[in-house]
Amino acid sequence: MVTSHLNTKDVYDLIAEIPDPEIPVITIKDLGILRNVRLENDTYTVTITPTYTACPAMKMIEDQIKEILFAKGIDKINVELTYEPAWTTDWLSEDAKAKLKKYGIAPPNHSACNKLFSAEETVLCPRCNSRHTELISRFGSTACKALYKCNNCKEIFDFFKCH
Amino acid sequence: MTTKEATYNYVIRLGDNALILGHRLSELCSRGPILEEDLALTNIALDMIGRAQALLKYAAELEGKANTEDDIAYRRAEINYHNYLITEQPNGDFANVIARQLFISVYEYLFFSELENSKDETLSAIAKKAIKEVKYHKQHAIDWTLRLGDGTAESHKRLQKALNDLWMYTGELFEMDNIDTYLLHQHIAVDAMALKTKWQSEIDRILTEATLSVPEDTYMQTGSKKGIHTENLGHILSEMQYLQRAYPDAKW
Repeated sequence: MVTSHLNTKDVYDLIAEIPDPEIPVITIKDLGILRNVRLENDTYTVTITPTYTACPAMKMIEDQIKEILFAKGIDKINVELTYEPAWTTDWLSEDAKAKLKKYGIAPPNHSACNKLFSAEETVLCPRCNSRHTELISRFGSTACKALYKCNNCKEIFDFFKCH
Repeated sequence: MTTKEATYNYVIRLGDNALILGHRLSELCSRGPILEEDLALTNIALDMIGRAQALLKYAAELEGKANTEDDIAYRRAEINYHNYLITEQPNGDFANVIARQLFISVYEYLFFSELENSKDETLSAIAKKAIKEVKYHKQHAIDWTLRLGDGTAESHKRLQKALNDLWMYTGELFEMDNIDTYLLHQHIAVDAMALKTKWQSEIDRILTEATLSVPEDTYMQTGSKKGIHTENLGHILSEMQYLQRAYPDAKW
């Protein structure tokens, strides 16, 4: 197989567009799961980091990375999991947050994570932008989300937890 | 005892705490009092299993015998497990689950805040990851403690009983044996004994706010660091290890 024509930047760009399995409107690059790609002795090492320690999507993301690169003729791939630096929602770009909101998930607020749950006071409803929202549960349908309801439009929605 | 051997033992203890508590909490799947609470408890269980996986994988590396984290989780005998006795106690009623979560999550928040500074890079990285999750576990436990304690006469009574029943297992959280001390001197382990005062004052504050009484000091149960357990661990393992015992190396 011919692999030498791709540099690490090409490989990064190839896999950057993989959608998150749980929230398909944003990519693993948008989320900050994809950390870097390096090349050592013909082997491409892709470093990814989980949003939560038990994130069940990691295996699927690893498989997708391999599938895409295999299709491009790269067969020496090593997908590495790192916990450091710990993933934070501060890595989400403004663009990614806009996509989340459009998808119906209230995005986290920046720089509010250090203070315990201060972010909860300012969760806006992703549908009607109302501030009159209420926490139902700190734990939602996936590890990275909490459950809220809007007292204005009465809809229930997910909040991407500040982390 | 080399640093590597001591670290292996230390990591096994931390991994077993997460593994066994994760298993206990996972038993509550479909048993929550309301749907949101069912999800909350299983979310916490998932965080615990994730932490156990990270720690036991590191333990396997330190051991250097080509074992995987699954081999370590599923192929040991009871005496080789070193989880705190409180993590293996049966779920009982919802108040009992909350009392256990309160004691443990307040402790873990203090513990992982310290372990973040460990000279062992892997432990420090896992601690930095864990603390973000523990923050939610702790707030969840505090919310329910206030709600049940300052709730109805029945919820107050049940939570008070649970706190009293579990109190004798809290002493173990602050014990230091030769492995802890050895690694503490190398800035790898946490000085658990030094966390006692902070833990106690935080628990006092939460229970007082919840109109509950702080349990009276009693004989504190001990044994996990030596592999001595309550009868509950054997029952957990018989279920947890069943598949790997019946069909070794089974995969799906």
